[in-house]
Amino acid sequence: MEKFFGKMKNRYLVNTLLVFGLYGVLMLVVNTGMINRYYANMLIPVFYNIILVVSLNLTCGYLGQLPLGHAGFMSIGAYTAALITMAMDAPVYVEFPVALLAGGVVAAVFGFVIGIPALRLHGDYLAIITLGFGEIIRVVINNLKFTGGAFGLSGIQKHTSISWAFWVMVISLFVIHTLIKSRQGRAILSIRENEIAAECSGIPTTYYKTLAFTVSAFFAGVAGGLYAHYLCILDPSNFGFNKSIDILIMVVLGGLGSMLGSVISTVFLTLLPEVLRNMADYRMVVYALLLVIVMIFKPSGLCGKYDFSMTRFILGIKNFSFKKAFSELREGVKSLPGKLKKRFKREKGVRN
Amino acid sequence: MTFLTQILNGLQIGSIYALVALGYSMVYGIIKLINFAHGEIIMVGSYLTWYMIARAGVASPIAIAVAIVGCAFLGMAIEKVAYSPLRSSPRISLLITAIGISYLLQNVAQLIFTANPRMFTNLFPGTVVIGELRLPMVTVITIAVSVVIMIGLTLLVNMTKIGKAMRAVSEDTDAARLMGINVNSTISFTFGLGSALAAIASVLYCCSYSIIEPTMGSMFGLKAFVASVLGGIGSMPGAMLGGLVIGVAESLTNGYINSSYTDAIVFGILIVVLLVKPTGFMGRTMNEKV
Repeated sequence: MEKFFGKMKNRYLVNTLLVFGLYGVLMLVVNTGMINRYYANMLIPVFYNIILVVSLNLTCGYLGQLPLGHAGFMSIGAYTAALITMAMDAPVYVEFPVALLAGGVVAAVFGFVIGIPALRLHGDYLAIITLGFGEIIRVVINNLKFTGGAFGLSGIQKHTSISWAFWVMVISLFVIHTLIKSRQGRAILSIRENEIAAECSGIPTTYYKTLAFTVSAFFAGVAGGLYAHYLCILDPSNFGFNKSIDILIMVVLGGLGSMLGSVISTVFLTLLPEVLRNMADYRMVVYALLLVIVMIFKPSGLCGKYDFSMTRFILGIKNFSFKKAFSELREGVKSLPGKLKKRFKREKGVRN
Repeated sequence: MTFLTQILNGLQIGSIYALVALGYSMVYGIIKLINFAHGEIIMVGSYLTWYMIARAGVASPIAIAVAIVGCAFLGMAIEKVAYSPLRSSPRISLLITAIGISYLLQNVAQLIFTANPRMFTNLFPGTVVIGELRLPMVTVITIAVSVVIMIGLTLLVNMTKIGKAMRAVSEDTDAARLMGINVNSTISFTFGLGSALAAIASVLYCCSYSIIEPTMGSMFGLKAFVASVLGGIGSMPGAMLGGLVIGVAESLTNGYINSSYTDAIVFGILIVVLLVKPTGFMGRTMNEKV
């Protein structure tokens, strides 16, 4: 088995089969009415949110910067894609991919143009400048004629189906995943770990920072396109600072630099408001409390930097022993009170 | 509206921004946190004052005092409960916690006071006539109060023992601890002071805009934060200057261009300044250490 998974080709094969399997299960569950239409429709926001969150995780978790204007790129993609499908009169399978790609490309161009000056700054200043750009994009869209201004853009065709959203998500995740695992990805990670050391090792940091930022903007634009053709109406006030923050929250809650974490937290946080629907008044309070509590007890997010690996998972199953797992679990439970105590009694030093 | 009145209006809103920006700047200087919950303190301060005057029927000076003390304690409590356990965590976790607290305050306020806006009666009615200029009383009072507070704050930071402790902690927390400064109580004091300033700002804000709602703090807080960055975050005279610049720019945009572009202009100024001088007007350049 180790030998089988040792080959890259085989691993890709298994993963592809699994993705198709997942799609089959999904279609089965939706089409046979095992979950009702309402919940089935909730899957589409989950899918495009996953693209948004993973693309932000690229700049936030893997590159180690803190952009606060992701909703701006999303809105550019959404408006571009929507205007294109409204202008074109072609079958869905022609105009929709074109629109999504164009949305992504225009968002990427903006990402590139904004990224070059913004990435000169570090840390919090980068956060603030991207926040500024995000707000400016929103205000400009709000005042342009062809975007419908403050009334929003309506009359967009509903192209985003579960299948479209699912496959676009799969492709996006695949591209981002392979980017991170590639040579370019290692350069990006090295910038996160230590920018000065990376520069000293001959990595052109500006180039890789701009690259990651642009790719991230591209996928935000694609997700925006899906969003536009799901809601069929675009309102500039939905793309404000709060939207950027919502995406950032999903990234941080899942764990910076963990794709698995991003996916889990996105699914959880997108569905949470629906789950809390019958306590409507308290649901934002619960959401806020949850956020604070998770951050206090697990500052690195739910998954930390841990990421899912099919190979490791399958080999793990093979070598799994209940006895070992049980003893580990018992150890964990035993040490829990001590850990909690430590968290609040810890020497309050300086953060580094 | 003459140019001079526009400028004075700008100075009025600008000095309110400056008061809030001081809170952002002090907190950032001391624990390097963009305290997104600071905008919500303004909202809490407004509701407290409104409640004391309109519902509890207290005289306005007492109501203002209650709001100031209440906000100061709220600020310190937030720091103790939510921020201090995270002092050695990554900064982004702290940032998310601050955002969480801000959501929490906003939604608790919405639960208690509902989302309907409340009317706040101006505490300083009347006009002042200086030569040919007729100014609302609020404008004069706002600018005067802010000037007095800024002078007081500068004296506090530069002349007193606690001010020296604040400067020391923001310079180097570990070294300050080694010198026998109680870092935790200094941080608490900073939060309390910043929140008290926000409460004063909230009263002045309500007197000139007269509408309070649970979400009023977020955009106002954001712009005050922009003001503090513009002036150089961590620098107190910078925060004051930044606030005034933002206020005047906003008022001139409203008067001469188009009020729907106000936010874009404010953020545009911020971007241009940061690109030309990345530390803001008065921020100090920090050298990168390897």
